[in-house]
Amino acid sequence: MPDILKPADVKHVEQAVQWALTEGKTLEIAGGGTKRPIGRPTQVDLTLELSALTGVTLYEPEELVLSARAGTPLEEIETLVASKNQQLAFEPIHCGRILGSADERATIGGALATNLCGPRRMKAGAARDHLLGFTAVSGRAETFKSGGRVVKNVTGYDLSKLLAGSWGTLAVMTDVTLKTLPKPETEATVLIHGLPPEAAIQAMARAMNSGCDVSGAAHLPQEVVSLIPVAEVAQAATSVTAMRLEGFAPSVAHRRSTLKELASSFGELSILREQSSTRLWEAVRDAIPFAAQARDAELPLWRISVPASMGAALAARISAGAQVQMLFDWAGGLIWLALPPSEDAGAPLVSAAVAEFGGHATLMRAPAPVRAKVDVFWRGDAVLAALTRRIKEGFDPKGVLNPGRMWAGV
Amino acid sequence: MSLRLPPMDEALLARRSDIVAALRAIVPGEGVIAGEREMRAYESDGLTAYRQMPMVVVLPDSTAQVSQVLRFCFERGIKVVPRGAGTSLSGGALPLGDGVLLGMGKFNRIREIDFDNRAAVVEPGVTNLAVTQAVEHAGFYYAPDPSSQIACTIGGNVAENSGGVHCLKYGMTTNNLLGCELVLIDGQIVRLGGKHLDPGGYDILGVVTGSEGFLGVVTEITVRILKKPEGARAVLLGFATGEDAGECVSRVIGAGIIPAGMEMMDKPAIHAVEQFVHAGYPLDVEALLIVEVDGPQAEVDHLIERVGAIAQSCRAVVSRASTSEAERLLFWAGRKAAFPAVGRISPDYYCVDGTIPRARLPQVLARMRELSAHYGLGIANVFHAGDGNLHPLILYDANKPGELERTEAFGADILKLCVEVGGVLTGEHGVGVEKRDLMPAMFTETDLAQQQRLKCAFDPKGLLNPGKVFPQLHRCAELGRMHVHAGRVPFPDLERF
Repeated sequence: MPDILKPADVKHVEQAVQWALTEGKTLEIAGGGTKRPIGRPTQVDLTLELSALTGVTLYEPEELVLSARAGTPLEEIETLVASKNQQLAFEPIHCGRILGSADERATIGGALATNLCGPRRMKAGAARDHLLGFTAVSGRAETFKSGGRVVKNVTGYDLSKLLAGSWGTLAVMTDVTLKTLPKPETEATVLIHGLPPEAAIQAMARAMNSGCDVSGAAHLPQEVVSLIPVAEVAQAATSVTAMRLEGFAPSVAHRRSTLKELASSFGELSILREQSSTRLWEAVRDAIPFAAQARDAELPLWRISVPASMGAALAARISAGAQVQMLFDWAGGLIWLALPPSEDAGAPLVSAAVAEFGGHATLMRAPAPVRAKVDVFWRGDAVLAALTRRIKEGFDPKGVLNPGRMWAGV
Repeated sequence: MSLRLPPMDEALLARRSDIVAALRAIVPGEGVIAGEREMRAYESDGLTAYRQMPMVVVLPDSTAQVSQVLRFCFERGIKVVPRGAGTSLSGGALPLGDGVLLGMGKFNRIREIDFDNRAAVVEPGVTNLAVTQAVEHAGFYYAPDPSSQIACTIGGNVAENSGGVHCLKYGMTTNNLLGCELVLIDGQIVRLGGKHLDPGGYDILGVVTGSEGFLGVVTEITVRILKKPEGARAVLLGFATGEDAGECVSRVIGAGIIPAGMEMMDKPAIHAVEQFVHAGYPLDVEALLIVEVDGPQAEVDHLIERVGAIAQSCRAVVSRASTSEAERLLFWAGRKAAFPAVGRISPDYYCVDGTIPRARLPQVLARMRELSAHYGLGIANVFHAGDGNLHPLILYDANKPGELERTEAFGADILKLCVEVGGVLTGEHGVGVEKRDLMPAMFTETDLAQQQRLKCAFDPKGLLNPGKVFPQLHRCAELGRMHVHAGRVPFPDLERF
């Protein structure tokens, strides 16, 4: 285990990177370290943990904006905005359950740098769509900023997009500014029972293409429903296809009846209200059926983004070659997929399917030796890989920050 | 108007006829325009104060041609300025005298509409409005709606990350893209994203969007299309003070309502518009708000009522909710005609584009009035109130000596003021040449150098659209240099575990 350094301000982060540059050392960049098991296992000289860089520095609910030090606990921010009837609309995933880590240690910086987001992605966008600006220290040990605190801003390149989802490989974010949005007044979920994946995806597409403004659409095959901690779902004997409606009460009531009418031709329906609905979507967000406690923690777990209409076909292709368990989110466009343990986590099977149907896959969980061997993150063609490397060099020419976390040599 | 642009490469210009011939070999027929009269149409974009004839205009019609043209330019060190419809208000498509102007107008086909994935695959020369027109038969639309949407192209929208009046609820261009095909300056072609959500790897699509033609040339774009809301209603609200109107905006959002559109106009703008359009705007108010909500009828009616109640409590002196589609469109007709309406009351006007935190609006308006008196130039304000994007219109007469220069100085002061109160230099029009020299008001040398290093990853020779965005474009070799301090760097006062 490398030493851990907990900088208390931006200057210290700069000094740490400067030290690494001078000494030819490498740094692991971590928030609370809850997502550490995701990515290629790396050899670093020192861990830079931002968990001491905390505090909300600005929150103006009526301006829909919040700024915080990057190490501020995600839970603290979610609680704060909830107290003003707001939320982080991208529904950051809490990875603790699938990875066996402590969710309360997750930081806002980590949530943004990994761009992992939940069911509302379809409607509200990803973390990258909510990061308005940041201050960061590059691998050149230089502090720079990008963006601002307003939503409408085209001044200079939108580096927020690039840093969201770069897993700390480009720069160490020290301060972030993000967009907050109102929390819906109420929610309800319409469930269709007993559909196979193809029919479920058709039903979800119908709902998405209606005026119902669906903010979550997931399909839970029969083998995972019992693992959902919501009685109405867990007790269902068949698969469950869930569609969420959020908003003002009169609107939700109206859309619920429209959606029921639309969905009734697909199968038997039931409704989840308020807390039951909330708990279901938290479970979908965090891929609870694949929680480390519920299953063998060694089961390789993939998260695959695919064109929604291709979800069932892609899943069928993979399940033809292996025993799988899955969960469909994003109306079929996101598949959580657990495979039997193997030396390659089923990577050849998964990447062949992704190449055929479009999209990309991330290995969210696998033993370290497996992660060292296979592509954890999707790798594009040679042109894209070369461009990716040049971008990395522009931010971190000496490869100081999280080297090799995403791809070897980056 | 004088403008500092990169020095002309005279040696290159001396070889112009060879270059034109070589380009003709790549793009045959009328796709290469070299005659002075024919090139005249390309000498400026929507920022007409600046004009510059390009060395040559090339209008490719396939990705292969774009790739070959860029490769040719890359090998010979020829600058390239990409152009969509040329509606930029910041001079982003202003040609360079020793550069190729690469017009993407022939890329005008809609390649695929995929309702199952709620996506449309289009070529960059397709107009913004044409995307909506291609899908509206099925009740869909493309959300970003810049006011030039009838003319501006999707390729240009990607380059500028264009907005519109519905950004607060539906986002800007960047929030509505799924993928693109990008040709790099060396001719290599890369595909980013697709019909799935979130591109794999670094979000390169995210930084290409809004990069003002600096990183590559987009030859195909996959956009997200949305189901059209069932209905929409607007309410017209008049206030005795700008402060009351600002408070109303804050309280609407504070109540958890994200309107589809929320526009504000000040008194001079209201008067100009009403004389022109007769939209029925009240003339005795200091500020007018149009708040539009959309969705199912049940939601729309509920929210119109709530917005009305909030407006009452913010001392609205006029409150009129649309009761028909015709009335809703009439409310908007005024706002949409604001620029031409101001054009009628003043020989010329100059549109400024900055964004501020909304709460600072009263302060910014007051300061603008002082500046207006200082410069002796009138000003009318239209304002995307929901997202804080200001469009002050400075009234001037280009024929009066010195007025244009005073206008520019006034505009620069307004943008610096935006930055001073926590806002930004441009909300949706881009930096281009217009705001290039103001960038240091918002960014340090280090900030700008890091942005330029990103450009270097795409365009190591600095051939794509140089002279825009950055006050000074540094050479990549210079930017790449590292100054590593010799000797040990201590960690003072740091806890180690």
